[in-house]
Amino acid sequence: MGIAEKLVRKCRARSPWILLFDTGACNACDLEIAACLTPRYDVERFGVLARGSPRHADILVVTGPVTRQARDRLIRIYEQMPEPKYVVAAGTCATSGGVYWGCYNTYPSLDSIIPVHAYVSGCPVKPEAILKAISILVEKIERGEV
Amino acid sequence: MSFEIPIGPQHPIHVEPLMLRLTVEGELIVDVDVDVSYIHKGIEKALETRPYIQGLYLVERICGICNAAHSLCYCLNIEQLLGKEAPPRAKYLRIIVEELSRIHSHLLWLGHYFHTLGFETLFMYFWRDRERVMDMLELITGNRVITSYNTIGGVRRDLAPEAEQNLRRALDYIEERMRYYEKVIDSEPTILARTQGVGILKPEDAVKMGAVGPHLRASRIKHDIRLDDPYSGHDEVPFNVVTWDTCDCYARIKVRVREVYECVNMIRYALDHIPSGDYRLKIPSFFKTPPGESLARVEAPRGELVHYSISDGGEKPYRYRVRTPTLANLLSVTEMLRSRGDYEVYIADVPAILGGIDPCICCSARIVITDEARRRRMTMTLDDIIRLSRERRVEKR
Repeated sequence: MGIAEKLVRKCRARSPWILLFDTGACNACDLEIAACLTPRYDVERFGVLARGSPRHADILVVTGPVTRQARDRLIRIYEQMPEPKYVVAAGTCATSGGVYWGCYNTYPSLDSIIPVHAYVSGCPVKPEAILKAISILVEKIERGEV
Repeated sequence: MSFEIPIGPQHPIHVEPLMLRLTVEGELIVDVDVDVSYIHKGIEKALETRPYIQGLYLVERICGICNAAHSLCYCLNIEQLLGKEAPPRAKYLRIIVEELSRIHSHLLWLGHYFHTLGFETLFMYFWRDRERVMDMLELITGNRVITSYNTIGGVRRDLAPEAEQNLRRALDYIEERMRYYEKVIDSEPTILARTQGVGILKPEDAVKMGAVGPHLRASRIKHDIRLDDPYSGHDEVPFNVVTWDTCDCYARIKVRVREVYECVNMIRYALDHIPSGDYRLKIPSFFKTPPGESLARVEAPRGELVHYSISDGGEKPYRYRVRTPTLANLLSVTEMLRSRGDYEVYIADVPAILGGIDPCICCSARIVITDEARRRRMTMTLDDIIRLSRERRVEKR
């Protein structure tokens, strides 16, 4: 690994900007992720900013079971993100369908549709768990493991 | 010359997938089309396949914000089918948690509303104080957001004496902060300029469009299910129904701010007058209900929430129907967003007007097909519906 690549990785790990996309969640996970951005948890101290456009984002945080209607939009948003891109499945629903398992309009899990780099469990996820997932992911990005 | 501007399904002004198609002429909005179908999961159908006690967990996850109202409405429904009633202590505990989650929802909405208006500092302040309410919910119920507190025949756990002391201190703190925020809202020129006279919904239009909750009360109509149809001991707890006269976005802010005071007072009264005794009835985990139908109404933070169920005597509901407040309010949004006569709506007003109803799309995902002009009945297979929804080529007549 050259010195230039090391520098790029280090910089990348210092400003992981996230994009939140709700593919059918009940809002509880969205709330907890939004709570991460506010003063009590303040994820911004790790350089994390929430962005409105997929073209600005490094990490896609997906909440909720993927519905048939949201699937194509999810893929389009994923494709619009610049490389390198990472995906976090936040909550039990995104990880494995959760309480909506067996509903006719949902897919069983997020990783059957797009590749996922981190799973956060919980219904809803706790803000502390999201902080931990993002810090582990950032460490891995810095070491070049993902 | 008119253009069509799509907003959503992924857009910074709203986290949830909502699609607004605005038809604009210059800066003026002349027509609007709303699509909330992105998170249709099929919960009503799934409820028919699960026993009552498992349905409770699914119902709570219809909406993460008003989960206390959803689970309360479900429990009232099933208790009605069983012909049982929760003990008096459980009713008071239900009021405490319901009003706490109303405070949490209103603070959340206020923060988010000022965020959409571009007032980030107030957003951070509101969400910081909301954490205090979340701590209280965690202390009483064991979880921050999805509380799982109400259960069929009562509540899941009793109120600890030390929790009561903590709760009273938190209520004092919230009340003091709200007085400060009300002063800020009334004296800040940018907030007044963005909200006063914007998104006017006249009382007669509000009734015609079927608006509910704080949105309706901001249009001068005194309507509250807690008052009109007391469902959980609300006839014993005194409170005022807050209304406001100006019928605009400013009125919607004021109504919600004032409602927080009412919630604080209701919780204080409930803590002072809570009866002793059991907090739940002994009901087995799996049970059958007698055949029949039941309907329950609850005043959720966003307005009137209706659950309706039919039982055929089995251990699962035969049919379960949910009507959520946002679905009722969305109709009036289309009315408020349309310019007509000397009432003009600009693109910059969209976040203020849409945010004003406290939209919670996760509850509202529905698929409705109407074809009145042709008066023709269509049969579609599931694949047809999916194809249509993906292409989004609904023919314009």
